Amino acid sequence: MPNQPLDQFAARLPAEQRASVYQSTKGTHEKRTQLLFDQFADPDRLRQIAGEIKQHVVENLDTYLPAVEAKLRANGAQVHWAATGEEACAAVLRIMQARGARRMVKAKTMVSEEIGLAHYLEERGLEALETDLGEFIVQIDHDHPSHIVRPIIHKNRREIAASFEREGLGAYNDDPETITRRARQFLRHKYLQADVGLTGANFLSVESGRIVLVTNEGNSRFCLAATRCHIALIGIEKLVPRDRDLGLLLNLLGRSGTAQPLTVYTEFISGPRRPGQPDGPEEMHVVFVDNGRTDVLATECRDILRCIRCGACLNVCPVYRQASGHAYRSVYPGPVGAVLSPLLAQGNFAALADLPKASSLCGACNEVCPVNIPIPDLLLRLRAKGKEEGAPLASAGAPPMGAWALLASQPTAWKAALAGGKLLNYIPAKLLPVPALRAWESRRSLPEWRGGEFRRWLRARRRAAERKPAP
Amino acid sequence: MSSRDQILSRVRAALAPLPRRAPLPEWDRELVRVRQAQTAADPWIPFAARLRSVSGTPLTAVSDLVALLARSGWRRGYCDPVAWPALAPAFPRDFQVETAFDRTRVDDYQFGITVAAGAIAETGTLVLSDQVTSARLAALAPWVHVALLRREQIFPDITAAVTALPDDPNIIWCTGPSKTADVEGILIEGVHGPGVQVALLVG
Ligand code: SF4
Repeated sequence: MPNQPLDQFAARLPAEQRASVYQSTKGTHEKRTQLLFDQFADPDRLRQIAGEIKQHVVENLDTYLPAVEAKLRANGAQVHWAATGEEACAAVLRIMQARGARRMVKAKTMVSEEIGLAHYLEERGLEALETDLGEFIVQIDHDHPSHIVRPIIHKNRREIAASFEREGLGAYNDDPETITRRARQFLRHKYLQADVGLTGANFLSVESGRIVLVTNEGNSRFCLAATRCHIALIGIEKLVPRDRDLGLLLNLLGRSGTAQPLTVYTEFISGPRRPGQPDGPEEMHVVFVDNGRTDVLATECRDILRCIRCGACLNVCPVYRQASGHAYRSVYPGPVGAVLSPLLAQGNFAALADLPKASSLCGACNEVCPVNIPIPDLLLRLRAKGKEEGAPLASAGAPPMGAWALLASQPTAWKAALAGGKLLNYIPAKLLPVPALRAWESRRSLPEWRGGEFRRWLRARRRAAERKPAP
Repeated sequence: MSSRDQILSRVRAALAPLPRRAPLPEWDRELVRVRQAQTAADPWIPFAARLRSVSGTPLTAVSDLVALLARSGWRRGYCDPVAWPALAPAFPRDFQVETAFDRTRVDDYQFGITVAAGAIAETGTLVLSDQVTSARLAALAPWVHVALLRREQIFPDITAAVTALPDDPNIIWCTGPSKTADVEGILIEGVHGPGVQVALLVG
């Protein structure tokens, strides 16, 4: 029986769901790779430079944050700071209350998931409606996103059609086009009735104070065309030094995330609408969210703060492809989540201490990451942290190492074990008393036992050295 | 201590032990030059080709636009008041075109004609801005969006367009019709924004 929490999720995943997660992540990954290598002479160099730009930002937040704050103010935006998720929710609530606002339309933002904003507002009697099709479906189902770019990668059309029927959005119809049209009709009137539009930010340029938003559906544009107040919830790590650098990052983001040279909508927002413009918010608020990021900044894992949330590492990850997103039990799944989620969980690190172990360290995530984050290195650092802190989950599923430690510290016992190991070549693995070996053997065959070769090689080498006359 | 000061002091404390900070790299724009980028003398040609590849519709004559709209029975729409006088003579009398967008009747407009602030040839992208494209809703809510574009407004690539962003609080790049692949990865066009994206070459 699999005994890492992630294995248990994977084991329970219906075969159909596993197959569709596998197919669609693999498809996107392959298209991504082809697009990048067909179109650019040296895509890896691009990733490297993008990584250096973001690392520079992360390591200079002390000067960049006040600088961008001043720029935003000069552009006419109001700036708020939230040390915790709770504070961020409260800041949004205060902005809404000050305007007497009751209805919010939301574009997709991971940070709002992270702080549970929609739920917080709903509990206080305000409407907070998701408008991204996938997030909308997640919301009506009281579910959780399972991929940072494709929130309902775990659902099929029949489940969605049933949800729409239940919500009174029309008789059962599982044609994806009909589903999309119904959402279009329903949501466009919601935008027009809403008082506030909430977005995140993919990037925020320190040079110009421009917020960059990248979407395909046009929902964030609708949020900002129909409402009178814009609130942007922005993690403190989202900055980019210059507008020029956006050129590089935008070239990578669409290709890495969805295998598009550019997503359909790329918005640059640097303030409220000017007098005389018919549409758009007259008020703009930026809420900077820390919520554990400064803790991450203080660790040797700060490189993860470069992340631009493209989802490429999820798509390529052999573990994610088998386990899907909910297995990570947090807002950020996949390799990025295995690093970020335990760190952002603050006091709750131990509850997610198994995630850094949920990796074969194959390195594919680093290889596809548009900002070149050395995810495997960070996973190793977190494994060490889990062990040091004695988090039980940090050892979940690991074969017991006590016997090995005993052998390895007694040369005589070790030599005997090396010789005795030859028996493994003759005993069928299913008869072995070690569960980890049996589990291994159930899918693969054990390599032939060749214990002792290294010691023989070392002895021979020493003898040869002794025979040689000293120079 | 305010949350602002708290966050900033935590940032300073986290960074203080670093022996040195990562420098900002300079990078050459050649790095993001797309291979085999078409360098035609007429930028409209690569732009139109790319727009088609993202299922957009490039047109070069007003009569083609009228024919496209009439063919699908799209006769009710909005046109930017600045652009309408030049276009009106080409539109038959059975078209109802308004030059003010009434947000209480968004579903009444089948098309919206607005003026583009620019375009990007390499990606088939139209650039809209508040100052040039008067009404955000008119370019978004109707099923068909038509952007009027002049040849000299076309940038070769993303890098050129991003370094020439106009001084405008709201700029949007539109690359083809709005789309989603959220339901089983199947591509559907026309989600919240237009299902048909036209670029009409003028001037
Ligand atoms: S870690 Fe890299 S690959 Fe993964 S989501 Fe973030 S930017 Fe994309």
